[in-house]
Amino acid sequence: MLIDVHAHFLHERTPRKDWRERNASRLRAGERVGISWHVASVLGSWGLRSPIYFPSPEDVTLANEVQRALEAEHPGRIRGYVVVNPNFTAHAIAEIDRGRSLGMVGVKLAASRRADDPLLDPVCDRAAHHGLPVLQHIWQHRRREFAGQEASDALELAALARRHPRVSFILAHIGGGGDWLHSLRAVRDVVNIHVDLSGSGVDGGMLEACIASAGVERLLWGCDLTIDTGWAKLRYLERLLSAADFELVRAGNARRIFPAGSFPEA
Amino acid sequence: MRTDVSAFLGAYPWRKVPGTSATAVLAAMERTAIDAAWVSHLPSFFWRDPMEGNAWLYDTASRSDRLAAVPAIHPGFPGWEQELDGAAQAGVPAVRADPTWYGIDARGAEMARLAKACASLGMPLMLAVRLEDGRQRHPNDRVDELPPWAVRSLIRSDPSLRLVVTHAERTFIEEVHFGSTPAEAARIWWDITWVWGPPEDHLATLIDTMGAARFVFGTGQPLRIPENPVAKLDLLDLPPDDRAAIESGNAELLRRPPRR
Repeated sequence: MLIDVHAHFLHERTPRKDWRERNASRLRAGERVGISWHVASVLGSWGLRSPIYFPSPEDVTLANEVQRALEAEHPGRIRGYVVVNPNFTAHAIAEIDRGRSLGMVGVKLAASRRADDPLLDPVCDRAAHHGLPVLQHIWQHRRREFAGQEASDALELAALARRHPRVSFILAHIGGGGDWLHSLRAVRDVVNIHVDLSGSGVDGGMLEACIASAGVERLLWGCDLTIDTGWAKLRYLERLLSAADFELVRAGNARRIFPAGSFPEA
Repeated sequence: MRTDVSAFLGAYPWRKVPGTSATAVLAAMERTAIDAAWVSHLPSFFWRDPMEGNAWLYDTASRSDRLAAVPAIHPGFPGWEQELDGAAQAGVPAVRADPTWYGIDARGAEMARLAKACASLGMPLMLAVRLEDGRQRHPNDRVDELPPWAVRSLIRSDPSLRLVVTHAERTFIEEVHFGSTPAEAARIWWDITWVWGPPEDHLATLIDTMGAARFVFGTGQPLRIPENPVAKLDLLDLPPDDRAAIESGNAELLRRPPRR
């Protein structure tokens, strides 16, 4: 089994006219790589009606409905994160409850509010209640502010993770931009943070550093926007790890932190 | 046959990078079925006189029939013409100049003189757009990335010049390719290491719009793992001839004297 813990799908009500082609391309490439499950989220209207990282409640609801429709269309291939905007607490909690009742398996926090902000506590409490992991969008070592997002880095996620030791957190896309060395030091001793290997970065030494910092038990394979780099890392890890450890990164660790039964064998 | 036109030997100053020796690069090539590599000397990007790394590079590359040296030429240093002549006599596949690292004007007179000299020798000139993702660079690593207008300017500077540009992304490549005449664009080769595969399918789009003849296989190793461009190609449904051209055929054509 191979689980991509960081995938996205587009939909009709986004600025992307090529949304069908991109979704189809993800699934087609996934078939070639051997991805058993795409664990995905839809980030609102991807900017059409509200900002990607600050989605309105209406866009959040739409996105989660789209995500569930994709799961229904591909019941043996796609699983979903409930996207929330923590600035709308009641709405976020309701979305998590509704999403979980309809089979969604995790919570996606993008960049609507800093990770260490108290407003994320009720979201994480609800995730704990349902036994859902939380995937947090991360800018590796944020040294300044960026327009369009209230980006968090690993130090801020670590603060949140220490407040919620029952929740499994996923540090998003270690290869997705920024100083991954800083992130790996920040999460080294925070055992409920898992490192998602996705992102376009394929730096030499990065995977070895991930193993040294988090250990293979806390690594999760993923692609995000570039399946080619995901496949490259997978091929590299196959040579680097024992068969048992490789299996943990491919799927075993994900199966451990997502709700039981999330990824049935084909 | 698979030829990596963009590999490096030697240490990187901004972070610990494993596998920078020739032995390690050869092992990585073995692992990824890369038959040959054009190698540049990584430390000399950052040296005041990058040509000081060429002797080590020639010597190291000469110890393996799978490595070919791509020496650096700094056109702002006295004696660069002799260094270029030496490179031509050594039969190197290309020389490189990375003006933003050298601190010289990428569109200035020095680069123009180098471009003309390379053109007269039929020597391809290689340039890197970047070495690392700009979002992760060391705070003191403030070298500008090579801008697309510099490539457009260079390719227009001499009708015989051939360029190999590495580490460029889709938008950069398109801006230069479609901002050039067909004759100019036909003298530029792009390595695929920084071009995204699915689901955005940038590489498939570029090959469709520009043709496979414009692309060469490059890894950027050991700064990047060489599995990456192999995976990119494995995710395409290319005709075998096109794949072979990208993996080695186009690089082989670059090694031949240009048609005048």
